[in-house]
Amino acid sequence: MADLVKFTINGQELEAPAGMLVIEAAKQNGIEIPSFCYYEGYSLQAACRMCLVEVEKMPKMQVACTLPVSAGMVIRTETDQVKLARKSTLEFLLTNHPLDCPVCDKGGECELQDMVFRYGAGESRYTETKIHVNEQQWSPVVFYDAPRCILCFRCVRACDEGMGVSALGVINRGAQSLISPNMGDHLECDECGQCIDICPVGALTSGAYRYQTRPWEMEHVGTICTHCSDGCKTTLGVRNDEIVRGNNRDRSGVNGEFLCIKGRYAFDFSESAERLQSPMIRVNGKLEEVSWSKALETIGKKFAEVKAKGGKFGVIGSNHTTNEENYYLQKFARQGLGTNNIDHQRTGDVVTLVDALSGTTGRLAKTEDFYERKAVLVIGADLSAEHPFLAFQTRANYRHHEAHVYAVTAEAVREDNMATRSVRVAKGEELAGVEGLRDALAAETELVVVFDDSIKGDKVRSLVAFGESLGIPVSYCALVDYSNSRGAIDMGLVAELNPGFHATGTAGASVDEMLAANDLAALWVVGSNPLQNAKLAASRAFVVVQDLFLTETAQRADVVLPTASAYEKNGTVTNGCGEVQRLKRASATMGAKTDLEIIGLIAKEMGLAPLMGPWLPETVYAEIRKTVKGYDIPLPLVTIGAQQTAPVNGRVGVDSRPDLIRSSHDKLFTSGTLGRYSTVLNSVIEGRQSR
Amino acid sequence: MRYNPPSPLETPVLSRRFRLPNSQSIDTYLANDGYKAFEKATGMTQDEIIGEVKTSILRGRGGAGFPTGMKWSFVPRTSPKPKYIVVNADESEPGTCKDRLLIEFDPHQLIEGVLIAALAVGAQQGYIYIRGEFRYLIGVMDKAIDEAYAKGYLGDNIQGKGIKFHLATHSGAGAYECGEESALLESLEGKRGNPRIRPPFPAVAGCYQSPTILNNVETFCAVPSIILNGGLWFAGLGTPKNGGTRMFCLSGHVNKPGVYELPMGFNLMRMINEVGGGIRGGKKLKAVVPGGSSCPILKADECDLAMDYDTVAAAKSMLGSGGVVVLDEDTCMVKFALRIMRFYAHESCGWCIPCREGTTWLKKLLTRFHEGQGQRSDIVMIGDLSRNMLGRTFCPLGDAAAMPTIAIVEKFREEFEAHLDGKPCPHEKGSRLAA
Repeated sequence: MADLVKFTINGQELEAPAGMLVIEAAKQNGIEIPSFCYYEGYSLQAACRMCLVEVEKMPKMQVACTLPVSAGMVIRTETDQVKLARKSTLEFLLTNHPLDCPVCDKGGECELQDMVFRYGAGESRYTETKIHVNEQQWSPVVFYDAPRCILCFRCVRACDEGMGVSALGVINRGAQSLISPNMGDHLECDECGQCIDICPVGALTSGAYRYQTRPWEMEHVGTICTHCSDGCKTTLGVRNDEIVRGNNRDRSGVNGEFLCIKGRYAFDFSESAERLQSPMIRVNGKLEEVSWSKALETIGKKFAEVKAKGGKFGVIGSNHTTNEENYYLQKFARQGLGTNNIDHQRTGDVVTLVDALSGTTGRLAKTEDFYERKAVLVIGADLSAEHPFLAFQTRANYRHHEAHVYAVTAEAVREDNMATRSVRVAKGEELAGVEGLRDALAAETELVVVFDDSIKGDKVRSLVAFGESLGIPVSYCALVDYSNSRGAIDMGLVAELNPGFHATGTAGASVDEMLAANDLAALWVVGSNPLQNAKLAASRAFVVVQDLFLTETAQRADVVLPTASAYEKNGTVTNGCGEVQRLKRASATMGAKTDLEIIGLIAKEMGLAPLMGPWLPETVYAEIRKTVKGYDIPLPLVTIGAQQTAPVNGRVGVDSRPDLIRSSHDKLFTSGTLGRYSTVLNSVIEGRQSR
Repeated sequence: MRYNPPSPLETPVLSRRFRLPNSQSIDTYLANDGYKAFEKATGMTQDEIIGEVKTSILRGRGGAGFPTGMKWSFVPRTSPKPKYIVVNADESEPGTCKDRLLIEFDPHQLIEGVLIAALAVGAQQGYIYIRGEFRYLIGVMDKAIDEAYAKGYLGDNIQGKGIKFHLATHSGAGAYECGEESALLESLEGKRGNPRIRPPFPAVAGCYQSPTILNNVETFCAVPSIILNGGLWFAGLGTPKNGGTRMFCLSGHVNKPGVYELPMGFNLMRMINEVGGGIRGGKKLKAVVPGGSSCPILKADECDLAMDYDTVAAAKSMLGSGGVVVLDEDTCMVKFALRIMRFYAHESCGWCIPCREGTTWLKKLLTRFHEGQGQRSDIVMIGDLSRNMLGRTFCPLGDAAAMPTIAIVEKFREEFEAHLDGKPCPHEKGSRLAA
């Protein structure tokens, strides 16, 4: 931290670190200096001229966004000269602005409106003709209305510096200047929509949201994106129980305002017309809609029958369901049904990593490590495509802190563009590539290592041993799929592990083993689609499926129960870095119930309600706090923001099962079953190309 | 291009070889003191070279008039980064046409000036950024550079002295803005020609963020004579704070327009009447733009002054780039203001709001005004809008548009009033849409 210097703004004596920009120093002290183009974290522009202030001993007004504060500086932000400058700049801005606020999506949350309201003139002196340019559609999700554009270049910087995509630029000059997409008439990019979000006016608008609502008609519900394991907070704009928008303008959550295409738009699967809305039972070989009570009764009877006969159960959990649901499910399976045959599709070797770190100086990485550690090593993963937020953090770290980035991958990745060194290896040879970086990495002062499912089993142990041998602090992140893979492991949706990484002693059957077992009597699948690419050996098994859609697995089911999506329930999820966050219900689908409620209702049918306790997320969470190591975090804290969980620090004591670990490697435009039902993911050109 | 006939009042220093046969060739140059200044400079220390330039009171000929020796001394010579010499040959200021002649008729003088600058700061690479419209000059310059390489005045081991310096031309793409030094550097680096935030200045972080000497063509061209004849000699040619001669580009309503090399401080009225042969058709003088279109205009009764930076500044204008535009009594000052504003609206890069929107608004307003659709409140507004640009834009382009407009509307208000109420332009019967 630089030394504090004393200076004055409007006669007030203030302090700020030397070299801090005047606009920031003012903000820190509660004084607003208006600006359009200045944007924290991105490069300086000094283009909008809204932040002109008077500084004593300087002949002209100065732009506060590029002027570093120094000792004894005397700044005035509210003089007549400054006020006139703001007023005239806004007058200039409005000359070619269409003033179509009544039909503009941004109306009501527009920075230009607010600026004119506070600093502008009440009437216009402009009587000349305005320059008109027709609106352009750059992609299914990005529209550009040039006359509204104030040319603050935020979008250009967000795309270039923030995303590393550089899909936006400026063409023409003077008043004819326009923002232009990389393909001339359309965009080919990540379709993340950050350009839309960061636009202070209604120049860039969202194809998914435009003309849907007035901003003030929405409720804003902060919840966690369900798609990848980065755990981005998305604030959903909800009107009449329908989600119409996703963004995170309040910068809460681990992700600040970052969202990728999935976080911003792909909530739309939840509104799909193909959502299941009624339970179904197989009658004469066909699934027929029945009442909830009939469906639950059928399941209860059958489960009780299988249990009574000592038949073999198989329970498959989800990578999307909440911690509470996962905990409740495994409790039901182990204590209610009396089976350890419970698992989920494993996507990353967190278990071996936790075990291997035991007794070493290494630790599990936090999300903030990607922004703060001085070096980042990416192994195997195409981080920008599979974990866009971790990639965004790494880029910001490189930009702001000149972090050293290393990439060891089979294919070229975007991280190469900023990498100190990039190593191309054949798939499976990643560790050899890492070994080749030994000298460079040993010269770093600290490191965060992130790896995908190419590193599993003993390779994780070798990697941790390698990290240990560097003699620097190293933290590790084993990448997993979807919003709650980590929570599935922590909550014991693992055949050989109880919640909190406690070995079960006798391991149950894994997903693969359940599907292959000829003698399986009942299979209960919650929010997963194991039969998409596999066969169920037990042709006579009684199959219950809880899902949003009639998946391949649901089509094989004897009873199908419609469930609520992640955006339709409360609870907690744990991201890939082990940070637990809260889901908040934003909307509802008629007929669907949350998995938690469904599990509770089945338990009730079987007379197990006293064992299971109420199916309230808060009650189940209270039990998790008591029984799952690392999760003793009061719910109000989780409500405020992501909280790091601390799993067992010690040997896990189970055999590593690398054979079970398979990531789906969903990239930006796919997301398992959910992605198949997202209109936006299926509409963008890049999504079609990547299939 | 043909060069205008000389005037006996000229003091040819930079232009002394212009009329020699084959003046562009290195042989002519070598036969007429060519590269002797460089030879001399190789025997001088860096401080001595910069000191000599300081003594000469050479001030930047691009327009701002910043002392050249001082600018060179800002270059951190001990910096581990490479140093660059960049020549601003993006001569685009309306009324200015001297740099093109300096390149066309004596390109080696420029190369030698650049070489000496390179010695002064230890640069090994230089670029000549030539205005896009001056495509024909690129051939001239490239030929001269080839000759210099062939004769060992450029290369890895210049004249066997172990000096390394390379020089290349780079074409602009037709933007006035790229005459602004930081926008020029952006363009030179292959980016959109937007100006940069300053500080840092080019001397510290210029080309490729490295220490850079960036001067106008005429400035570099003065350097060989300064080294050869001494700074004191050059300083003595001008007035106390304005060393040397100046290439004045006399244009407009004079009988003998042309580029004349006159000592600094030469009287403007003498320039018009004696060098320029008086006003065309025996008309009366109305006004003069003293240094390119961005300078506030001088009324006829303000023109009896010495043409040096300080005297013109005292008259609330600027010596600027040496473009002296003479206007006779028949000139419509509204149309003249419009013509200037059209240029700046066309050339505004669009980076900052006041310049981008202000110039376009003023262009439209002045067009309407000149067509007779003006209102009395517009006259106030022209000045008002100009002042709202002045001093608030990102780079001086906004000021360049505002300053002459403010001066015109203040000094010739009666001409604006004469256009009110739908009255025809008094100076332009029947051609009111021509502006």
